Amino acid sequence: MRRWLSLYAALALAFLYLPLATLAAFSFNASRFTVWEGFSLRWYAAALRDPQLIEACWNSLLIAAAATLLSTAIGTLAAYGLWKRGSALLSGALYLSLVTPEIVMGVALLAFFQFAFRWFGWRLGLHTVIMAHVAFSIAFVVIVVAARLRTFSSTLEEAAMDLGASEWQAFRHVTLPLLRPGIAAAALLALTVSFDDYVITSLVAGVDSETLPMVIYAMARRGASPVINAISTLVLVVFGALIVWSARLRET
Amino acid sequence: MNRLRFWFLAPARLWMALLFAAPLAIVAAYSLLTRGAYGGLGAPWTLENYRRLWDPLYAAIVGRSILMAGAATAICLVLAFPLALFMTRAGPRKNLYLQLVILPFWTSFLVRTYAWQFLLRDTGLINSLLQGFGLIDGPLPLLYNYGTVLLGLVYSYLPFMVLPIYAALERMDHTLVEAAADLGARPWATLTRVLVPLSAPGLWAGSVLVFIPCLGAYLTPDLLGGGRTVLLGNLVQNQFTTARDWPFGAAVSLAVMAAVIALVVLLPRRRSGELL
Amino acid sequence: MAPVLELRNLVKHYPAHRAVDGVSLAVPRGRFYSLVGPSGCGKTTTLRLVAGFEPPTSGEVLLNGECVNHRRPYERSVSTVFQNYALFPHLTVWGNVEFGLRRRGAKDIEKRVGQALELVQLTGKEGRYPAQLSGGERQRVALARSLVLEPDVLLLDEPLAALDPNLRKQMRAELKALQRSTGATFLFVTHDQEEALSLSDQVAVMNLGRIEQSGAPEEVYLRPRTRFVAGFLGSLNWIGGIGLRPEATRLMRSAPGDGMRSARATVVESVFLGNCIQVRARLETGEEAVAELPRHNGSFASGEAVHLCWNPPDEIHFP
Repeated sequence: MRRWLSLYAALALAFLYLPLATLAAFSFNASRFTVWEGFSLRWYAAALRDPQLIEACWNSLLIAAAATLLSTAIGTLAAYGLWKRGSALLSGALYLSLVTPEIVMGVALLAFFQFAFRWFGWRLGLHTVIMAHVAFSIAFVVIVVAARLRTFSSTLEEAAMDLGASEWQAFRHVTLPLLRPGIAAAALLALTVSFDDYVITSLVAGVDSETLPMVIYAMARRGASPVINAISTLVLVVFGALIVWSARLRET
Repeated sequence: MNRLRFWFLAPARLWMALLFAAPLAIVAAYSLLTRGAYGGLGAPWTLENYRRLWDPLYAAIVGRSILMAGAATAICLVLAFPLALFMTRAGPRKNLYLQLVILPFWTSFLVRTYAWQFLLRDTGLINSLLQGFGLIDGPLPLLYNYGTVLLGLVYSYLPFMVLPIYAALERMDHTLVEAAADLGARPWATLTRVLVPLSAPGLWAGSVLVFIPCLGAYLTPDLLGGGRTVLLGNLVQNQFTTARDWPFGAAVSLAVMAAVIALVVLLPRRRSGELL
Repeated sequence: MAPVLELRNLVKHYPAHRAVDGVSLAVPRGRFYSLVGPSGCGKTTTLRLVAGFEPPTSGEVLLNGECVNHRRPYERSVSTVFQNYALFPHLTVWGNVEFGLRRRGAKDIEKRVGQALELVQLTGKEGRYPAQLSGGERQRVALARSLVLEPDVLLLDEPLAALDPNLRKQMRAELKALQRSTGATFLFVTHDQEEALSLSDQVAVMNLGRIEQSGAPEEVYLRPRTRFVAGFLGSLNWIGGIGLRPEATRLMRSAPGDGMRSARATVVESVFLGNCIQVRARLETGEEAVAELPRHNGSFASGEAVHLCWNPPDEIHFP
């Protein structure tokens, strides 16, 4: 019984990882075709020389950095406020944003921005992408930070206030420092979901704001190119590391 | 405290109102408008867009999407349960396996979907290998069908199913399994009479969490199904882009949202936290 | 009569330690047999080996003279009452008691479950769920659930430990009555020596994975073969290399008569314990001894010179 379970688990993990492993392996293939012809870094070199990829990568990093900063700040404050006293409306909205299908959220944001253009003269661009990313990242941040807060006892802040601290000082000097690993974990998570998003981004991005997932998607639709494997492998490695780091932070 | 809390919640409230609630409200309003010439929007207000969902063409898409989401959920259930069971019994390596299951989920959805395209397309690894060994003459059409889309959905959302089941099994007292065996239950009876009923909350949570994103899936059918498969997600995207029939696209979106909300109500809120 | 359960040189090693290190015992049918010892002595592991939850490293478990080492728990005619009872929370009282019978495809399930519930006085609570029961009631469900299967041996793993002290005394009496009335064989694991002595037909004292001594309660209490057994089952005075139980130790103001042994001592302190008086005295050799005296023996003042005396048969000698 136990042996069968172990065998099954090995197969299941292989199912999860083998596609990614082969994808990565063939990024080092010397051949353009899916026949192994020897080790080569030529596709990585090609990726790094592609100005469109580089620009998209910068766009993605800029968007992810801005969205992470904003959503982490907003989400942390909200998690703290909700920890003090719940708000069914806000947490309901956050929860709903988490399960709303991306395509629905994407077209809704597109409709909203079009509506706003008519009244305020906005245009699609990096800023609309950032605003959209913040909207779907806040919920992730709140969940991670709230999980951390749940392990805290309110007596710490009470002790601080008993010693003369104001509410703001109790938050600033007691809770916030203790919360730091949780906030960092939340930020890393927000960074990955923002950097990875394709569906919503592609709907609300302007012509001058192509992101890395949009380029990967376009290349994938065009057909085979080991360059995608190379860039995908880089994404996997970097984001795998960020996620492991984020998980470590949440455990401490 | 109340003033501090008010200012702490204000940015999130503002952002969610402006960039989540308002967009959905606009979509709701659009869904009641009529499509004008050149894709414009205008009066009269109408329920026609919702009625069109019952046209055989679109009803088939609705039915197909529900079927696909249901099938993906069922397959995930069957695949996830033994894996979750194994993980709860892995002793000190529990956390390692937990990380291994979560890790691919958070690393680029797009790349994971592309990986299957890389494996399955005409010039992909599997066809190349089969042809290299002389087992087939021409490439097999592995990509761009509903089976591949189903595979992609299962692959993408399997962790959503594993984690709540794992959490439910983990909460369970292990001596109950020993007690069942002690009372004469063979492994199958222990599974069906004890393990499954006691992990039912996790099974429900996992099912809802897999069904919802599958119902609204867009990227997976788009990349793995090519232009040949149409599910609700593609229909929405198509109405907002190529077809430029926003009112109908809005009606489809609202219908999907209604289904999502109905399913979420079935699911205790706490469980969503277990995914992170 | 051949024993219903026999363990032959049973060994269970874990990577870090030897939980069971060569246990042999024989439980006659219809007896109340106790394994008693401090926590970590291997008694629960022994029970788990008998139930079949874990395989032994070596040695044999025999049921009715047949080796059952390779049988899975569901293939053994023993049943366990777990320390936390392990009642199925999703099943009612009735569902829990009926569980084993259903798995065996037994006949007369209705009747047998009804009888078992009557036996443990739970008639009328069939429809309750475990969460709606008191601690004592849960314990009875666990007993009924196992007894209804009429196992060759009922294995009880500290079944009274989770109860509060008053209830524990009451359930102790019920457990003994239940064993008498059903005639079932009980293998009972406990760390409470009083429980073991009061309930059992036979007691085995375990320490460090081994049985140090087994026998009737009076025998192991009055004639312990090792210092560990003597000390674990009750407190002990050491007087010139022999052991003496406090309740067998007397104090007298004058020298005792024939047939009693004695030593001069000085009272250190006297403590009133309610049902008796405990007096601590220092012998001329410097050794200290405790005597438990009936209240009517009167009180002793600190510093009073006394004779500490005892009957020779109460002496405990070790090889």
